[in-house]
Amino acid sequence: MQHVDLLIIGGGPSGLSAAKMAAESGVKSLVIERNSKIGGQLVKQTHMFFGSEKQYAKTRGINIAEILIQDCMEHKDMISFMTETTVVGLYPDYVVTVMDRNHQYSKIKAKTILIATGASEKVLAFENNDLPGIYGAGAVQTLMNVHGVLPGQDVVMVGSGNIGLIVSYQLMQAGVNVKRVIEASSVIGGYKVHASKLKRLGVDIQTQTTIKRANGKEAVSSIIVQRLDDDWTFVPGTEEEISVDAVCVSVGLSPLSNLLSMMGCEMKYVSALGGHVPVIDQSHETSVDNIFVAGDVCGVEEASSAIVEGYYVGLIIGNKLGKPHPHYEHLIQDFSQQLDNLRSGPFGEKTRTGLKELRGDQHA
Amino acid sequence: MLNKTGVPEKSLILSRFPDNVNLGKPKAITECYEPIPCNPCETSCPFDAITVGKDINTPPKVDFDQCTGCGICVYSCPGLAIIVAQIKEDQAFFKIAYEFSPLPEVGETVHAINREGNILGTARIEKVTLRKKQDKTALIDVSTSKDFLHEFVTIRRMS
Ligand SMILES: Cc1cc2nc3c(=O)[nH]c(=O)nc-3n(C[C@H](O)[C@H](O)[C@H](O)COP(=O)(O)OP(=O)(O)OC[C@H]3O[C@@H](n4cnc5c(N)ncnc54)[C@H](O)[C@@H]3O)c2cc1C
Ligand code: SF4
Ligand code: SF4
Repeated sequence: MQHVDLLIIGGGPSGLSAAKMAAESGVKSLVIERNSKIGGQLVKQTHMFFGSEKQYAKTRGINIAEILIQDCMEHKDMISFMTETTVVGLYPDYVVTVMDRNHQYSKIKAKTILIATGASEKVLAFENNDLPGIYGAGAVQTLMNVHGVLPGQDVVMVGSGNIGLIVSYQLMQAGVNVKRVIEASSVIGGYKVHASKLKRLGVDIQTQTTIKRANGKEAVSSIIVQRLDDDWTFVPGTEEEISVDAVCVSVGLSPLSNLLSMMGCEMKYVSALGGHVPVIDQSHETSVDNIFVAGDVCGVEEASSAIVEGYYVGLIIGNKLGKPHPHYEHLIQDFSQQLDNLRSGPFGEKTRTGLKELRGDQHA
Repeated sequence: MLNKTGVPEKSLILSRFPDNVNLGKPKAITECYEPIPCNPCETSCPFDAITVGKDINTPPKVDFDQCTGCGICVYSCPGLAIIVAQIKEDQAFFKIAYEFSPLPEVGETVHAINREGNILGTARIEKVTLRKKQDKTALIDVSTSKDFLHEFVTIRRMS
């Protein structure tokens, strides 16, 4: 059985930046990624990112992935990768079971484990939501931006969070007609700059509206949308049929935290963080000694915060393994300030209240 | 309205414009009204004309005395929320970011589009710039009627 000091599950922004900081601290790590490409969500993000220079703002997501991978490559002797390999089991004796690309199972024993598995898309319940042509927004991005395949020609986007707005824009860029963005809430969920960008292109965003049903035999051919009143109940007589050949659902993400439950980490349901998240303290260590978390798996946020959290936790792990980074104190402070700064505005409020609820204290 | 449709109120739009006298020279208009964690406009401006400040959630503010209208912030803004505007005689000149292909050509007549996505009238493409450092976001110089100064926001090709 292979033995490693630090096993990182997930090669997204948080996992990669943690590997870098751990390496700088002198800790060797193995990053396991189930996809063939490293970079997590970033590999399909063709748009420029927000944030500040420290989090690579105005760089396109795809290129941020390249930067983070390059940073890891500079520590080749310290960081190794296993791609197309999925962690399927995590056990209390710090042994993980992995399944590789040839469906071969093997075991790895680790001193510390960082779980950086990200989040998965929430599904929406409506009649016929299993018809072909109904996609999650992430799937559409993968199809379009990784494989160059269009999901359809006439699309309705369900959900006006940043992901819904950004993917709508990318669909328009690809020549797909986004007929409308519908949103159940009374206000647009994402950044207004994204909404304005779409509206300019002639795409209407309709609030207090939801999808009621999809129609079609072999695949979706139309949908029924209906207005909602202030109590989120259907307004009678407002049903409208829109013909589409694809529907894109983007109603939020929830942390991919099942490995943590398997390990026996104490979990808590915190709706503001996206669902079931591990109970952690400031060090991002779970209730199980030497099991750490970073990124969307401990609260759905942004790549900018996932990167900074990765750096932060990488430092802490180095310290815990008796190898503090030469600039430990300075860097810890810098990263926690960056996180506070990113979360200080109205869009960070969810994370702030979520973390407070999770920690049951005032440190958040 | 902005919250529900993505279209800012007229008063909001006007709050980001200098008076017409000052628009004899090109100036950056930032249409970024909401506190979001973002500041590439500030860090990309070579003339220190845009301030976001220490709290990166603060919306940007342009110092029109410092702004040269160079357009660097226009293609550096991830929200595509900045245009440069100028008045010359009876024409309004703009620099806008454009991320659709194929790019329009110099001299081409295109639709002038407002913030609702509707056609205002026509506009003429004056210049198309796409250097490597712009990272695939083109900067387009376009002229249209001065009447559209506060309404114009982008172009759409006629086809
Ligand atoms: C459409 C869209 C637009 C976005 N736009 C922005 C933006 O403009 N700015 C911004 O800051 N953020 C943006 N985000 C959010 C950002 O992408 C995420 O917050 C960020 O990627 C989270 O990083 P992470 O490392 O926690 O997880 P991820 O990036 O999700 O990475 C997790 C990785 O773990 C792997 N994995 C999961 N389970 C296993 C397992 N059992 N075994 C092995 N590997 C596993 C996954 O394959 C994945 O590669 C956007 C997200 C989407 C979907
Ligand atoms: S147009 Fe040029 S000078 Fe003016 S704010 Fe933008 S980058 Fe600065
Ligand atoms: S770069 Fe654009 S989106 Fe970001 S703060 Fe500046 S104007 Fe707003």
